[in-house]
Amino acid sequence: MSELFGANSPSQVILSDSSLVERPEKNEPLGVLFWICVGWLALNIIGAVFANVLPLQNPLFQDYNFVNSGPSLHHLFGTDDLGRDIFARVVYGSRVSIAVGAGAMVIGFGIGAPLGMLAAYRRGRFDTITTTIMYVFLAFPAIIAVIAVLSFWTPRSMTKIILVIGLASVPLVYRVIRTATLAIATKDYIIAAKVQGATDRRIMMKELLPNIAPIGISFLLIGIATVVTLEGALAFLGLSVNPPTPSWGNMINESRTVLAENPWLVLFPSLALCLFLLVLNFIGDRLRSHFDVTEVKL
Amino acid sequence: MLRYVIRRLVMLIGIIFVISVGSFYLIHLLPGDPAAVILGTGDSPVNRAKLYKLLGLNKSIIEQYFIWISNVVKGNLGISFISQTSVATTIRAALPIDLEIMGLSQILAFAAAIPLAMRSARKPDGLVDRILGATSFTLLSIPPFIIIVLLVLFISIKLGVQNIGVASYVSFGTNWIVNLESLALPAFTLAIGSFVVYYRVLRSDMIATLQEEFITMARSKGISQRRIMWRHAFRPSSVALLGAAGVNIGGLLAGGFVVQYLLAIPGLGYTLIAAINDSDYLLVQGIVLVVSVGVVLINFIFDFIINIVDPRISRE
Repeated sequence: MSELFGANSPSQVILSDSSLVERPEKNEPLGVLFWICVGWLALNIIGAVFANVLPLQNPLFQDYNFVNSGPSLHHLFGTDDLGRDIFARVVYGSRVSIAVGAGAMVIGFGIGAPLGMLAAYRRGRFDTITTTIMYVFLAFPAIIAVIAVLSFWTPRSMTKIILVIGLASVPLVYRVIRTATLAIATKDYIIAAKVQGATDRRIMMKELLPNIAPIGISFLLIGIATVVTLEGALAFLGLSVNPPTPSWGNMINESRTVLAENPWLVLFPSLALCLFLLVLNFIGDRLRSHFDVTEVKL
Repeated sequence: MLRYVIRRLVMLIGIIFVISVGSFYLIHLLPGDPAAVILGTGDSPVNRAKLYKLLGLNKSIIEQYFIWISNVVKGNLGISFISQTSVATTIRAALPIDLEIMGLSQILAFAAAIPLAMRSARKPDGLVDRILGATSFTLLSIPPFIIIVLLVLFISIKLGVQNIGVASYVSFGTNWIVNLESLALPAFTLAIGSFVVYYRVLRSDMIATLQEEFITMARSKGISQRRIMWRHAFRPSSVALLGAAGVNIGGLLAGGFVVQYLLAIPGLGYTLIAAINDSDYLLVQGIVLVVSVGVVLINFIFDFIINIVDPRISRE
């Protein structure tokens, strides 16, 4: 099977995107920018979790005296076409993005990672069967499948969105974790542990897991960024959470109708979303080069 | 080579089978009586009888699948009970628009990515490489739906450029110049996403290729830099580029949907969203089936091209 889906499989190329320039020292320092990004990510998460405790205005309150007003001291980011405070809506909107991103990846990794590890460690028929099934689903255009299922499976809710995107991400997570495990499972220290009579459970938890964690975490962050983008696109198409609940995607979508009168309305949620994605991509990419993992090397 | 192609072909048939089962089963995800939901406003005893005959709704689910698939093979995807038109006709009218947008965007993306990636690869970590690296990384984090909204805001609303904004689509046959103008924004938006992927993939692969011994050999023979880049380094590296392009198609389609929806360009994406909003489920099902099979076929063709470029892959 491996020659069919070997390292030359074209779909694998995309994951190998990383600089191949020889690096002088192995673990290059993470840098100040990395920690700024981590700080911004933390700020976003805190904002999302504590949105209803923080001194924010009601994101659903419509103040008709302040419609489409620009940024001011009273409304930091201005107000939208219904007089709602954009700052509050951007902060509340992060909840949907973060919940969908994290939730979907919990499902994706929860199913994909253990299966991938087990398949790569055990090999044999179990590996052949699961890998074949996963590659069939991988060839299926997941985005179309997600749109299709969400359009039929009404009424839509956040739980369903998380479930559908999460399940769609399983084959991808499976492939990354399986490839990472394969490279490590043949290393000498794993064989040494086996010879010493360590149980499979111990080898997987104590030897394999810590070694695939770096690539797992960096893929997790990039995966969250991908899911957040997808949720934005779904919101744009009217397939995500229903208004008036704010999400970055549906705020950008709603801003289309008043683009000429109120450009602030598109600017702030777009900025929030792009910064969030940039930070996730940057941290993921940095971690990958810090631990020097590229799929080419695996 | 032949064995490889046959093996991929078997895989392809398997995948298309899975897609067909998935698309078929979508109807059964509908809550309550699917017939009532599909018929929607067109619910009348005559239509109901037609639908039952078309889908075989009173038979077992396996029989229903065979009724459905035999219709699909004949090109009959059903008749929308909401718009009273054949689903296949609607799709045939919309599909060329998607292909045109995708084709244009790919031409733009390749035209920008190939020379820039070569320029970067010639001096990795040089000034040009760093600037392009940072730019491509930033562009990676801007989703197409934001790019298109901002482009409409600045180009069409602030600058007031004609024939380029929302609902300005004109078919190619009517006036091809206006047609290209109206597709400029969507093609450009999609090209940005593809450009970033192609640039990064080709750059890192070219850097690796340029360190190979046959390049040193070519240099020592005194072959010009230009010829080394295009004849010696580009061909092995183009495998990675083609691979990335094949994988990129799925994402391109979804991005295309959003862009069409915003600019009211009547391609498959726009039709799909309109069908979802109208609860026109047979049309949604038809589009999902056609698009999924299309993506898988395009991937298959890319695999085939890669094998022609680098025949070693099929031998491994």
